[in-house]
Amino acid sequence: MSRTAIVDWARGVYEDLDFTAARQWLADHPGRHACGYLPVYAPREVIHAAGMLPVGIHGSGDIEIIRGDAFYQSYICHLPRSVVELAQSGRLDMLSAVLFPSTCDVIRNLSGMWQILFPQMYVRYLDLPQVADPQMGAEFWRRELDVVRRELGRVAGIEVTDERLRASVALYNEVRGVIRGLYALRGAKPWQVPTEELYLLMRAGEVVGPEKFLEMARAYAAAAESDDQRVRDRTRVIITGSFCEQPPLGLIKTIERAGCYIVDDDFLAGNRFLTGDVPLDGDPLSALAEGLVRGAVKTSVLYEPDPEGKRNLMKNRVAAAKADGVIFAAASFCDPALLDRPMLREGAEKAGIPCIAFKFAENSGQFQQFREQAGTFSDSIKLWGDA
Amino acid sequence: MSDTRADARAGALKDQSMVIQKEMIAAHYERLERAPETGEPVVYTFVPGNLTELIRSFGCLPVLPEINALQSGMRGKSRDYIAEAEKHGHSEDVCTYVKCDIGMAMAGNIGPTGTKLPKPDLLLLSYTGCYTFMKWFELLREQYDCPCVFLHVPYQGEGVIEPEHREYMVRQIRELVIPALEKISGRKYDEAALCERLQLSVQAEDDLVWVLESAKHTPSPIDAYFGAVYYVGPIFSAFRGTPEGVSYYQALRREVQERLDAGLGPVAPAGPLDNQKYRLVVEGPPNWTHFREFWQMFADEGAVVVASTYSKVGGTYDFGFRHNPQDPLGTMGDYCAGCYTNHNLPNRIDMLCRYLVDYKADGFLINSVKSCNSFSAGQLMILREVEKRTGLPGGFIESDLVDPRYFSAANIKNRLESYLQMVEARRGGAREARAS
Ligand code: SF4
Repeated sequence: MSRTAIVDWARGVYEDLDFTAARQWLADHPGRHACGYLPVYAPREVIHAAGMLPVGIHGSGDIEIIRGDAFYQSYICHLPRSVVELAQSGRLDMLSAVLFPSTCDVIRNLSGMWQILFPQMYVRYLDLPQVADPQMGAEFWRRELDVVRRELGRVAGIEVTDERLRASVALYNEVRGVIRGLYALRGAKPWQVPTEELYLLMRAGEVVGPEKFLEMARAYAAAAESDDQRVRDRTRVIITGSFCEQPPLGLIKTIERAGCYIVDDDFLAGNRFLTGDVPLDGDPLSALAEGLVRGAVKTSVLYEPDPEGKRNLMKNRVAAAKADGVIFAAASFCDPALLDRPMLREGAEKAGIPCIAFKFAENSGQFQQFREQAGTFSDSIKLWGDA
Repeated sequence: MSDTRADARAGALKDQSMVIQKEMIAAHYERLERAPETGEPVVYTFVPGNLTELIRSFGCLPVLPEINALQSGMRGKSRDYIAEAEKHGHSEDVCTYVKCDIGMAMAGNIGPTGTKLPKPDLLLLSYTGCYTFMKWFELLREQYDCPCVFLHVPYQGEGVIEPEHREYMVRQIRELVIPALEKISGRKYDEAALCERLQLSVQAEDDLVWVLESAKHTPSPIDAYFGAVYYVGPIFSAFRGTPEGVSYYQALRREVQERLDAGLGPVAPAGPLDNQKYRLVVEGPPNWTHFREFWQMFADEGAVVVASTYSKVGGTYDFGFRHNPQDPLGTMGDYCAGCYTNHNLPNRIDMLCRYLVDYKADGFLINSVKSCNSFSAGQLMILREVEKRTGLPGGFIESDLVDPRYFSAANIKNRLESYLQMVEARRGGAREARAS
């Protein structure tokens, strides 16, 4: 399959707010179910092991909001209103269950709203372990995973055995491996992997199921490796703060066209929340729990026990990605991203890393201001970067 | 009642519980100011899920940043503190308590009573019902070179405290929080001393519930929102489990009993509210920068608040919870998990519906504050659900905690008046229906 065909396919999945791919999957797998999850991190392995299709619910971009605004005040981020819009308009009616991770109080409270609005769906709020003691955190999280295993098994009518779990963990290790590979390839040769394309592929991966995603992602990786593109004189930037409400695709394109190579980001951070492979021996739920507690990516949604952690984070990420600067791009009214920002930015600036910051909403339609900011940022780094 | 008599009564009533409370608070802040000399360790922690009895059993002094922020709001200082924090890169979109607190620290950490607040020896991050707490103490940790201990209180996503969640909390208290307190205080954990304190807590909790439930009478002798924020002050902060706390609640109870016996209402900023035309339930925190003006808007309309959810952020005692000295660590877990904002939305809706019935209210109002997603996200749905279930009218007003830029007096007054007209119209409709 050609690179263009893969990207077109991914774009089609991304733009399809009726989730036709998920509906098709259900039609192709009679008697099976789909389980949605909100950002940022949900244990997809457990969903998959229950024979269900994991479906990421990441808002709906610039869809017209008819019902969602009646649920949220103007000073709450855009994501929940577009999620409610999707649900109230019947676009999520193929889901039998939805998991709400403890990303922030908006998603937390949305879990209760869901319980009332959709009593026929299984709903579980997932309290990610925050405690600094890894053993205590892992034991707590293992028990939460066990509840989800049992309950999703009940919904699906499938006993979620350890064997099933191990198979799903193995599959998702592959998924993580492929994603890591793609991110590494983009970091090394960003001209070969435009972030617009990578992002579309990742978005498609939130809907189509891991098997299909692997097939397409591997094909894309092969095509991207071999398809030589022209190297341009661009600034290498990291985008951070967009782990939950997603920026419009236009914004990603704008940043790239304004003279930046995005060499690291936290878009859809849940798909690489566990940084390493989860071991396949022993108890699979304990392995998953340990994977989270000991190997989660550094993010605003988890407590940072290391007092130096926030200060050092951007410095470390910049070094790892060989980036020239950081763009803090947070959704308006996003508590986790905006509360973290002063700490992260101070650490970055103390380390001499150029930074800019802006806010977006998933339905932002005007990119002129972002173009100017990103363009000026890129130019100034090119001009003064080595001074 | 003549104006002079009303003024005299206002003054007299103020002289009782409020004066006692003021003295307690002043003494606490003075003690805090002296802490660097006396060597009493200082623990910063939050109101929801505060472990005051435990903290004090180690001879440590608690500081509650939300209380400092709201006091700064009431004393007209929050605007400048927030501006200071925003100047240093804090977003205009986030919680103004946090910015007020950070701005206060940047401006020299002078507390609400004008005394200097000591630096913390420990940040006890009791993570109960509010995501922002986590960021708040991560931010404070950047300013203070001190340890931070995290107590993860699981949310009641299923509407109950799950037994495993309780065990998880107990284990954290035993294995993480107590050792951290031992370390900063140099004292060993003394369970007997803790239990004695918990016994004192129960007495204060009983009296507080009696006071809050006095609003079931007509006229109500208290305002269970604007007045209750004073009543819950000691128990939500440094004084639960202390003899001063017990005495305060005894005095408060006597005072309310006297009003009840005399058939009198509470004292609003401009005088007594005896002629109570509307009995309301309120959801959401108040605005602090215009607190008296806000309260008086209600009082001017003859509206008394008979129950509120905000007065439950530091514990839902009126739903039966009491600290249990027989099970000191377990009871602290139950306490933390039971604070209002740690309940899921269906529970919050149930509570409001119950208040409306139990307190024979005419309707309910939501004060939605921009700062607080924990409270505010979902309130429009709460509004509709409670209306649907009880058939009683709901109103919606918007303001903020301590950012004066988000308090529009004219707008709020308008909305309140229209809402009360709606209540009146419904009453008329109900009367007509009964007559026919
Ligand atoms: S965008 Fe931010 S505030 Fe909004 S739901 Fe996501 S994490 Fe929460």
